[in-house]
Amino acid sequence: MDFSFLAQQVINGISLGGLYGLIAVGYTLVYGILRLINFAHGDIMMIGCYFAFYGIFMFSLPWWASFLLAVILTAAAGILIDIGAYRPVRNAPRISALITAIGVSFLLENLGLVLFSGRPKAFYRPEFLSEIREIAGVRILDLNIWSFVLTLVLLGVILFIIHDTRTGRAMRCIAYDMETTKLMGVDVNRIIALTFAIGSAAAAAGGIMWAMRYPQINPLMGIIPGLKAFVAAVLGGIGNVTGAMLGGLLLGIIEILLVALRPDMAGYRDAIAFAILILILLFRPTGLMGQKLPD
Amino acid sequence: MLRVNDLHVHYGGIHAVRGITLNVSEEKIVTLIGANGAGKSTLLRTICGLVRPTSGEIRFLGHDIAGMAPHLVARDGIVMAPEGRKVFVNLSVYENLLMGAYSRVDHREVRGDLDRVYSIFPRLRERARQPAGTLSGGEQQMLAVGRALMAAPKILLLDEPSLGLAPMLISEVFRVIREINNQGTTILLIEQNAMAALSIADYGYVLETGVLALSGTGQDLLCDDRVRKTYLGEL
Ligand SMILES: Nc1ncnc2c1ncn2[C@@H]1O[C@H](COP(=O)(O)OP(=O)(O)OP(=O)(O)O)[C@@H](O)[C@H]1O
Ligand SMILES: [Mg+2]
Repeated sequence: MDFSFLAQQVINGISLGGLYGLIAVGYTLVYGILRLINFAHGDIMMIGCYFAFYGIFMFSLPWWASFLLAVILTAAAGILIDIGAYRPVRNAPRISALITAIGVSFLLENLGLVLFSGRPKAFYRPEFLSEIREIAGVRILDLNIWSFVLTLVLLGVILFIIHDTRTGRAMRCIAYDMETTKLMGVDVNRIIALTFAIGSAAAAAGGIMWAMRYPQINPLMGIIPGLKAFVAAVLGGIGNVTGAMLGGLLLGIIEILLVALRPDMAGYRDAIAFAILILILLFRPTGLMGQKLPD
Repeated sequence: MLRVNDLHVHYGGIHAVRGITLNVSEEKIVTLIGANGAGKSTLLRTICGLVRPTSGEIRFLGHDIAGMAPHLVARDGIVMAPEGRKVFVNLSVYENLLMGAYSRVDHREVRGDLDRVYSIFPRLRERARQPAGTLSGGEQQMLAVGRALMAAPKILLLDEPSLGLAPMLISEVFRVIREINNQGTTILLIEQNAMAALSIADYGYVLETGVLALSGTGQDLLCDDRVRKTYLGEL
């Protein structure tokens, strides 16, 4: 096994893991402020892909306009889901919200099957992203380079919002103590809706880049990346945005390396994520960067 | 300025506030004393909108605010420093103060108030970049009061600001409360420390298991036999 082979696998792992990470950011944001695992997150990503698909194929928008619009519409969908499904159970025991999340997930998947049909649809990938370049013996698809750059930019924007804006401060306060945050004059429901919007937008962006890799979409496409992103979020320390990205990258690299080094185990590719989940929960439930949360 | 009229509050089956009527006039310090579980915090939390009253009126500057959402009550100028400090331990001291000023738009005024808070509590300036969770209990209490001041309250509700402080700090807290009041902020103060509270208060109410037992000027209550026996610990 030579160096360029290994480098190739790590690069592949990073480009896959970056997407896990971006989707994981949405999980972790929502969990961070509501202590809610939004199981519908992967399905929100799927919705985003269909918005992008129909923008191009039904409304003949240029690809970039369609992608941008899809991200915005998905953010709006995230807000609607929060208002329609999660807000009514905000003060109910946490398990109610969890069950609601599972219900929303099934709803979106089945709605997708009905509206979009179960048949996979070919997804658009702009020509200039399809080029493969070779750098020091490592072959990289342009799409993956740009995806990674965009992912880092989005991560930077989200971190900026959380740490350096008024809204971000309010988010961190809600995470710690919702009631006292209200006393500060914060419209908590509005901030939570915004959090869903940001998380959903990140999921849509991740989903669109995901869809361009394969390049096709189907109504159940959100399930596996959703679960993997969940594992990535836990691996990184759920509630921690940077951790979610690191968890995603790590998971992507581990997964690709496993398949590359032990092709006979390729069938266990998805199982490895869950093995990792179990191991973290057993040995380091706070994840790589997680702190103990107030409860 | 603030009038509570025949207010009732229930927690499920528990009737915690049973028909309280009280009045806080502008620029005064009014204190509310009472034993543990008397319903003091419940009353403040209801005024702030965190708890819904069963019945009764809460009038602030002429309109009824009973049952209004807490963030709107806060924006109206009713600001509480809650029981047990409740500073945001994961934010820096400076960020906590900014949270106090969350809904204010005039940045110049906010800057000015920040300086004012720092001059009242110089310790907070020294610790500005530190996570609030690393402050001592007394410093956290200063932060809780400072954060409330950052909202430029019309009326400041303080729920046991001296709780858990050493005697020297307690007198410091009361000095600060008076200073804030001198600068024009109306104060409704809840205290276990009846002696100190009544000494600085213009008017006081004594709450017993959800009902008002007594009321009078701070001086009158300090001289009252029942108050002296029950709350000032005299035999
Ligand atoms: N969330 C709640 N659910 C049920 N009962 C409550 C709740 N909060 C307070 N109570 C009850 O209401 C009554 C009044 O409580 P409250 O906290 O207002 O007392 P307090 O006068 O502030 O006491 P302390 O001096 O100990 O702070 C108590 O009997 C208390 O047990
Ligand atoms: Mg109390």
